[in-house]
Amino acid sequence: MAEYAEKRAVVQSWVRERFFLGLTIKEYLRGLLKPFNIVAGIIILIGLPFVVMRFTQGLGAVTHASQDQPWGLFLTWGLFTGVPLAATGFIIASAVYIFGLKDYRPLVRPAVLTGLIGYLFAVIFLLFDLGRPWRLPYPMTISFGTTSVLFLVGWHVALYLSTQFVEFCPAIFEWIGSARFRRWALRVTIGATIFGVILSTLHQSALGALFLLAPGKLHPLWYSEFIPLFFFVSSIFAGLSMVIAESTLSRRALRGRMDPHRAASFDKLTIGLGRAASLVLLTYFCLKWVGVAHGNHWNLLNTSWGHWFLVEIFVFVLLPCFYFAYGVQKRNVDLIRFTAFFTILGVAINRFNVSIIALNWKLPHREFFHWKELILVITIITVEILMYRWIVNRMPVHREHPDYGGAE
Amino acid sequence: MGISRRKFLKAAAAAGGAGLVGKSKLAHGVEHLTGYPDRFGVLTDLTRCVGCRSCEVACNQVNKLPPPEVPFEDQSVFEKTRRTTEKAYTVVNRYPNPKPGGSPIYVKHQCRHCDEPACASACLVKAFTKTPEGAVTYNKGICVGCRYCMTACPFYVPAYEYDDPFSPEIKKCTMCYDTRISKGDIPACVEACPMEVMTFGKRVDLIRLARKRIMEHPDRYVDHIYGEHEVGGTSWLYISGVPFEQLGFPMDLGTKPYPELTRGFLSMVPAVLVIWPALLGGFYMFTQHREQMDEEEEEILEKKEN
Repeated sequence: MAEYAEKRAVVQSWVRERFFLGLTIKEYLRGLLKPFNIVAGIIILIGLPFVVMRFTQGLGAVTHASQDQPWGLFLTWGLFTGVPLAATGFIIASAVYIFGLKDYRPLVRPAVLTGLIGYLFAVIFLLFDLGRPWRLPYPMTISFGTTSVLFLVGWHVALYLSTQFVEFCPAIFEWIGSARFRRWALRVTIGATIFGVILSTLHQSALGALFLLAPGKLHPLWYSEFIPLFFFVSSIFAGLSMVIAESTLSRRALRGRMDPHRAASFDKLTIGLGRAASLVLLTYFCLKWVGVAHGNHWNLLNTSWGHWFLVEIFVFVLLPCFYFAYGVQKRNVDLIRFTAFFTILGVAINRFNVSIIALNWKLPHREFFHWKELILVITIITVEILMYRWIVNRMPVHREHPDYGGAE
Repeated sequence: MGISRRKFLKAAAAAGGAGLVGKSKLAHGVEHLTGYPDRFGVLTDLTRCVGCRSCEVACNQVNKLPPPEVPFEDQSVFEKTRRTTEKAYTVVNRYPNPKPGGSPIYVKHQCRHCDEPACASACLVKAFTKTPEGAVTYNKGICVGCRYCMTACPFYVPAYEYDDPFSPEIKKCTMCYDTRISKGDIPACVEACPMEVMTFGKRVDLIRLARKRIMEHPDRYVDHIYGEHEVGGTSWLYISGVPFEQLGFPMDLGTKPYPELTRGFLSMVPAVLVIWPALLGGFYMFTQHREQMDEEEEEILEKKEN
């Protein structure tokens, strides 16, 4: 009997440590009543009826998706913007494990987690957008559209989601407390990283390649044979900026759960990331001009579409490029952090331009998205943030697990 | 829904390796499609159409579509340019005649049944098929509802049932493949037309017929068979008395079949799959080697100090 009680106590404390931050359930629930959680809760409560509406009345009830404009905010935000912003994992993992930039090791786990959750939610957004979401596995099991770029995207997102899960497994096993499984998971790190880079190269560019089939529909300033390259290169600075943004927010939100020396090292790493982002932005800026020259679209620059195009590449590409460079030069970490958020906005603007704004530009009547769609997107993002926080608060992401410090 | 192991492995290879198989399949498909020698088509002579919309009525009936919001006899529909929807697979639009005193021109719009359809190459589950008879058909049993076909179609044809939460389908003209052609009949709209605007037949014959009409009446027709070369050729062909750009026909589509637009990208995929592991593995080994050398150097230094 005593043995049983002892076992029970062990299990209870295990659960408490793993799931309730070491608090009793009562303490934990009381602790949840913080402004952040309350706001998040309200957003989700507002969003839920629209989720129900989407799945009981169809896409037409919550979106402006029309016969002319089949894709709306779910894909534009969730897939076309979400996936490049989730490029964090492959960039940092390849920098650390393949190129040997060991200083960046503290960023690997946050970056992989950001990527993992980003891809997971890209799939969730996809489930909202697909007419028959329960058929999501069809391209993998029932019928194979091998001539489709989307087929490639589908497979790669699925494979990469799994790869990132494997990459994140060491953190999960440390959390559960399984040293043996952790060792196994660590053994495949290099393989998983290389596989991840291959998949990322292909599907980041494939997202752009989807639009190769819309030459008459996408405005010529955005349509280019180089669009796969544009998407790939911009995913690199998107990912770099997300790593900076994530570490900035985490530092604020999770001060208690971050190693102090790690928090201090972030400044140095941020400068390094800013330098890289500046260089890639410059490359991208030049590439965009190669695109204009290749298509010989100089005459379109002095139209209203052309002006918008110029805003995109001067204000949201070249300007952050300079800000990053200036911030690195002056070692102004705050400027680099600000620029990271600004760059993320720029990436979003580019993806919105390609998949909503400059698509079907010739049609006379166009509506971009419905307010209900926006509410749903905000709701899903809120769940995404809560999930990220839940994991970071429990698993060794921004801190080293005391039992496994430094060994990786 | 049975799926053999072989089929699964093939697809896994195609996707893990996506494109390797994809590319060869595509290349094969393209050759094959241009080779359907007896494919049918419809020649639409816009000089004959009077805008009675009998074709729309016939289409509505044969496809058992819901009654239109505005009755078929109501001429007010011509005030707006319409497009095909999930409830109307074909629509007739009116355009002003640029010739002084000429009567308005009516244009029937529906799926063009491309020889190498963009929708079919875009579909990630191969829900579209270019049949040997020429029709491009849709398999609702496997469609996932991603609507990439709608983004890909240069003619804005496929329409989706957005208001159906449980079994939404892509809806478009089937050239009456199941209902009539497979039974030896001609499409309902062709049969219903009182003005003989449309001629159903083998595509090669239709092109000959179109040429003949243009040659015999050069004053009545512009010298252009729309669909002969556009997007690599379509089964639905048009001849007209006024230039097509004045009748809402897209003129910037080129003559390249749409599947070729993504072929270059897809053929890059196997190269990346082969080259990247070698390249990245090489970088990894290089990094390892450098670290090893650094360590050795440190050891030597330590020894010297000692």
